[in-house]
Amino acid sequence: MAGAPLLSLRGLTRRFGGLTAVDGIDLDLGQGELVSIIGPNGAGKTTLFNLVTGLDRPDEGEVRLDGKDITGLAPEKLAGIGIARTFQLGRVFGNLSVMDNVLIGAHARLRAVKPAVPLIGPLLELGLALLRPSSVKAEEEGLREEVRRILARFGERLLPRIDQPAYSLSYANRRRVEIARALALKPRLLLLDEPTAGMNPTETAEMQALIAELKAAGLTILLIEHKLDMVMRLSDRVMVMDEGKKIAEGAGEEVRRDPNVIEAYLGHGLSQAAHDEPEEVA
Amino acid sequence: MSSWLDYTINGLIVGNVYALVAVGLALIFGVSRLINFAQGSIYLVGAYIGWVAVVQLQTPLLVTIVLVATAAAVVGLIIERFGLRPLQNSVRIAPLLATIGISFVLDQLVMLTFSPNPRALPSQLPDIRFQVGQGTIGPLDILIAAVGTGSALLLFVFLRYTKLGWAVRATAQDRDAAMQMGVDVNRVNQAVFGIAAALGGVSGMLVGMYYNQIDTAMSLQATLKGVVAEVVGGAGNVPGAVVGSMLLGLVESYGVAVFGTSYRNLFAFLLLILVLVLRPNGLFASARQAPPEPLTGTFIAPSRPVRIPPWALVITAGLFALLPLFPVSDYLLQTLINAWLLGMLALSLTLVAGTVGQVSLGHAALLAIGAYTSALLSLNFSLPVGLAIICGGLMTAALGTLLISPSFRLRGHYVSIATLAIGEIVSLVILNWESVTHGPIGVSGIPPLSLFGYELVSAASVYWFSFAVMVLLALLQVRLLTSHLGRSFRAIRDDDVAARAYGLSLNRYKSLAFIFGGFAAGVSGGIAAHLYSYINHETFNTQQSILALTIVILGGLGNVAGAIVGAVALVGLPEAFRIAAEYRILIYGIVLLLLVRFRPQGLLGTI
Repeated sequence: MAGAPLLSLRGLTRRFGGLTAVDGIDLDLGQGELVSIIGPNGAGKTTLFNLVTGLDRPDEGEVRLDGKDITGLAPEKLAGIGIARTFQLGRVFGNLSVMDNVLIGAHARLRAVKPAVPLIGPLLELGLALLRPSSVKAEEEGLREEVRRILARFGERLLPRIDQPAYSLSYANRRRVEIARALALKPRLLLLDEPTAGMNPTETAEMQALIAELKAAGLTILLIEHKLDMVMRLSDRVMVMDEGKKIAEGAGEEVRRDPNVIEAYLGHGLSQAAHDEPEEVA
Repeated sequence: MSSWLDYTINGLIVGNVYALVAVGLALIFGVSRLINFAQGSIYLVGAYIGWVAVVQLQTPLLVTIVLVATAAAVVGLIIERFGLRPLQNSVRIAPLLATIGISFVLDQLVMLTFSPNPRALPSQLPDIRFQVGQGTIGPLDILIAAVGTGSALLLFVFLRYTKLGWAVRATAQDRDAAMQMGVDVNRVNQAVFGIAAALGGVSGMLVGMYYNQIDTAMSLQATLKGVVAEVVGGAGNVPGAVVGSMLLGLVESYGVAVFGTSYRNLFAFLLLILVLVLRPNGLFASARQAPPEPLTGTFIAPSRPVRIPPWALVITAGLFALLPLFPVSDYLLQTLINAWLLGMLALSLTLVAGTVGQVSLGHAALLAIGAYTSALLSLNFSLPVGLAIICGGLMTAALGTLLISPSFRLRGHYVSIATLAIGEIVSLVILNWESVTHGPIGVSGIPPLSLFGYELVSAASVYWFSFAVMVLLALLQVRLLTSHLGRSFRAIRDDDVAARAYGLSLNRYKSLAFIFGGFAAGVSGGIAAHLYSYINHETFNTQQSILALTIVILGGLGNVAGAIVGAVALVGLPEAFRIAAEYRILIYGIVLLLLVRFRPQGLLGTI
């Protein structure tokens, strides 16, 4: 990786009672890199995402973005500095239309309607929302245009349903709305938590193509994914977690042959047998 | 010194009583993540069944206790079976609204059966006092302590050593896993509601004996106190609820010792707000809990709102505007003026409860703030009435938002409890702050409505004025909802975790909603004050909060036109059918229950 990392995690630890869900994780993510996190269920991958995006606070360790300490900042602040994420089980706003869902993604970028004035800023926002001067209208119109462009990336999946409430969408389409919402933030760092969970092979291939496109456009991505095939194709590097710890990190093939990884996936005792046929792991 | 011991004993005894209510709430919360707002009503039912047993049937004490426990348990089972079980797969707001509706129906039924006048409930125990150290203790104190401790022990044995008890604990830990392991969750719910109701009923009877008085106002107080104790101990935490109850009993008792009786409730609610702000998971919860799992389903019922063409709205508004020109009775105009005032309150509530998902149960407090501000400004500072009403609205926006802000970090049921408590606090402050509010005497001689120096004397002029203000507020609200704030509010309601992850500060946007909604409610209260010319601390009460909530559900949560349609329907129809006042709350409660069950999206649909 070239230059200073965009995201850097040092000794990140989170305990829930007796369980250490995330245990001293170190990770660097360079500008434009795509790193995947894999590991068995309960390895602490999503908890790690929560620590990076401010939904949960680490007990120890620090998170830096561009060298700036952002450990424990509130999620709304982190959205403001360009961190966007999707959620494992999908969290769209069910009663909002597709358009409104994605517009919420652009919320942190609103400027005209959210003047950065201390104390009375919120009141000005209320006033501007009611009066709607031309600058506010223009900003809103611009964002709507942008949302249509983002939705167009998903072909005919979302555009025809732009005014439908999200609860009426198929599961796969809800996942797409989540990704569209994340893109509307114009993120510097995008965290995708199992974007293809529950998708069929065609849909998975589409999603994989989209992620490859985003990567090619220079977006820095941290990806949690169980479909190893996709992980191997997309990732610059792979980090493997088990029981909260990082057990391996490196290029895809390297990690895939790592005996620790095989053991974590197949359990103790079986690892030797599996070692003879590492292809089975994938 | 002796009095301190007395206050401590008193605090612990009262704490025991609260514990009986709070333990039930904790059990129910544990298995169904629901705060049962009807718990106080069961307590009330218990007290009145106790009265029937003691005074009319003259049963001996032990029989009385068994009778009350059994009857209350039956009520609990009925609530579970017919009120809540049908809502199991319903939206999250449904069971909350259902228990609120049930509590009002039960309270009203008791009131209609026994009349609202207080009754004496003799204790059946000899009236002697034993010297303990330097304080005294009576047989009733001992009975209450024994029942409290005894039930706690029985409950412990039940949860620890019986199969059903295990099932209850398993369900509390992980409902889905318990179901997969073959636990009959319905039976668990039944058991829990039965136990909770039996404890609550006995508690009501003991309190009645302790104060030798029962009345129908006990219900709301008991719910509030039980919930305070439960939240202090950590929701769903049974031993925590017991400790929280003792703490609450002591805080109140010492508070009364220092400041006097009229402050008793104030301490309870301040304790609640303090705990909610500082330790929202209760005093005994582990330091930090795992972040909540993604929520499935939506908070309000998804629906496609009924689209009313704009011309239809314009024509309807035009017809209502022209109504006073036709030969209609002043009575009809008066009724509609009431509907417009309630419409403004409903606009406010549909914004905060429907659009932002903060189900406020203390909304009448906002009316009171607006009314008192406007009345006092025009009386003491001779401010023109129009200006005073606007000041009332602004003051309500500011003060209301400030008061409710501790609840902004809370979710679902907690918001309702906090707002209920805040509503009580406002009413208690009005009652006790005599130098400004004239305390219980109230404010009289409030100048009548006037605009630019012209008094609005005729019913028609008041009608036009209130109608115009309501339409203006409604139009503003529609404009607000079509702005970026509309989608932001609704996003916070649907999923506050995802909303925060996309840069929406909950404090900021909930505040904005309460500022806007507070203004509308404050203006409504202000107009009402000048219309009534006399207000006191009871003018704006919980009944109005519940009426507003029913209106909002009837119209469709978040639906602006629905709020107004709901107001006309719920104010107008009882008038049209000449339903006596005492039956109205009962009807509102039943309407609320039927709506939640059969048409959760309301008449015009949620937005």
